[in-house]
Amino acid sequence: MSDRIFGAVGLFIAILFAWSATQIQESFLSDAVGPKAFPIIIATILGLASGAIMLRPDPNPTWPALGRLTEILAAIVVMLLYAQLLPELGFVTATALASAYLTWRLGSGPLQSVIIGICTSIGIYTVFHLVLGLSLARGPFGF
Amino acid sequence: MDMLSSLGDGFAIALTWQNIGLALLGCFLGTIMGALPGLGPSNGVAILIPLAFTLGLGPTASLILLTSVYYGAMYGGRISSILLNIPGDEPAMMTCLDGYPMAQQGRAGEALTLSGIASFVGAFFATWGLILLAPQLVKVALLFGPAEYFALFALAFATLGGVSSTNQAKSAFAAMLGLGLAMIGVDTQTGVPRFTYGEVHLYDGIDFLVAIVGLFALSEVFIFLEHRHGSADAAGKKIVVGRLTPSWSVLKKCTPTMLRSTVLGFLAGVLPGAGASLGSFIAYSMEKKLVDRDGTFGKGDPRGVAAPEAGNNAAAGGALVPMLALGVPGSGTTAVLLAVLLALNITPGPLLFQNNPDVVWGLIAALFIANFMLLAMNIPMVGLFTRVLMVPPRILMPVVAMVSFVGIYGISGSSFDLMVMVGFGVLGWVLRKFDVPLVPVILGTLLGNQMENNLRRAVTISNGDWTTLVDSALSIGLWTVAVVGFLLPIFVGGMVRRRMRRAGDEEGSIRD
Repeated sequence: MSDRIFGAVGLFIAILFAWSATQIQESFLSDAVGPKAFPIIIATILGLASGAIMLRPDPNPTWPALGRLTEILAAIVVMLLYAQLLPELGFVTATALASAYLTWRLGSGPLQSVIIGICTSIGIYTVFHLVLGLSLARGPFGF
Repeated sequence: MDMLSSLGDGFAIALTWQNIGLALLGCFLGTIMGALPGLGPSNGVAILIPLAFTLGLGPTASLILLTSVYYGAMYGGRISSILLNIPGDEPAMMTCLDGYPMAQQGRAGEALTLSGIASFVGAFFATWGLILLAPQLVKVALLFGPAEYFALFALAFATLGGVSSTNQAKSAFAAMLGLGLAMIGVDTQTGVPRFTYGEVHLYDGIDFLVAIVGLFALSEVFIFLEHRHGSADAAGKKIVVGRLTPSWSVLKKCTPTMLRSTVLGFLAGVLPGAGASLGSFIAYSMEKKLVDRDGTFGKGDPRGVAAPEAGNNAAAGGALVPMLALGVPGSGTTAVLLAVLLALNITPGPLLFQNNPDVVWGLIAALFIANFMLLAMNIPMVGLFTRVLMVPPRILMPVVAMVSFVGIYGISGSSFDLMVMVGFGVLGWVLRKFDVPLVPVILGTLLGNQMENNLRRAVTISNGDWTTLVDSALSIGLWTVAVVGFLLPIFVGGMVRRRMRRAGDEEGSIRD
């Protein structure tokens, strides 16, 4: 069943992709093929492959229980927040928070998580910024 | 002779303190990454690319660092296979079969040394194979025009799923997804934006480094979160290494096995879509057929350890041949290495040997040096690497995630790229759940624009006549191989797959 849905989504993407390809503005200076042809070929094969997946599905993958799924969703949200807050908070603070969260969700104790988070962040900062000289996001405190 | 003098020049390039240091670092990190279950050669190299890039290393230096990681991971994979019966990466799957029984009999040290030597033999001769074969392939490739290149790319995609793919439709889906992603951005030939939907950040296209790190490294973090697999696999198990030196008689018995496996592994590596996992599998099964007269394979036969290790390391060397000579990688990790070259503005393929001989030969010399380093590291210092297995993923995985973010942020300094990377991480997780291979997605993103350019060039040269694509004998040949390579696995693939499945069950579509 999962595969049928997957195939249907793939087919939808293929149609969307093909439609978007037809919307591409042609330049007056175009080569013999133009910017549309190759995307349309891709969309066609994508559609065929999706169709094949839909018609001949593999056995269902084992989906995680709802709890685990929320776990992953929460991690995604944390990572997106990290991406946004990195320039605001500075590398060390943001990384300490994010890695403390991740290690906590992977089974470290609360206090341990804080310590691991801070150590990870300072460790990466030391290796990559102080030793290797990579420029990392600066926050209000300059690190 | 020409070849030897080029190789000599290569050694002159590779033997600077910086390059030796990088090779040493790469070997060390690679072995660790290979040893840790969950981090394989492709994610290991993927995480380190942005770093090599932001550190401002030159092309030769970056390649030396990253191929050392690649070779190192091939060595490291065996450690957890032998000690814990958990393959450190997919190619090391077959090593479990005889390695773990040997460890149970108290011969873990012997198995580790033996497999270390086998890895060395495999990688050493495969590097010679690379030197001999790649220039010949370059000669053929110089005959290629745009139409032939287009056919060659098609061949790479058609065969990438290969005999071990579970579902060819899904391989095709993955390849088209990658190609589709490559189309995003301003069209290089006419300058019109495509699939950008007005988002300025997308005008440059999607950075393939972002895609690679997201798909490989971040998706791994999600997999660990899904299973809440936080404690070390080694926790609670007592690791006893024991005596390290195998007896001469064992070594002697294993020598023909290693040599045969090296040849097979190398061939499996050169062929598109096969890669190291298949190399070790073929090597093991063939040795089993040939020399297993008393039925000792699977019960701790030293030859059963030597064969897959020689096979997968030889395949790793073999896989570099099409990547360097044609610019078309045949496996996941070489696809990632190709990304490095492209990111450094070096066009791989036949011209690489003419325009950047320093890169090619420096790399090959570095492979020899790295191989000796790895032998030295992996036999006397193997105890150090077994300690690494005690690091629990609950500490390791956040580090992997954070290092990935650091690398990508270091390149562009943009939050947008980080968000895209998270998106790719999720996509990678979903695709892995559906058993869709990730390597074609990467390869599509990498090669999409080149493939399209070759198509457009070919058709434009012939004034819009599309039949030019199948006009020469060479391109017809390539198309035939592509079609056969795509259809064959549908019929015979099931058989090979079932055997590999029986040999060991493994989640994950990251294959090498």
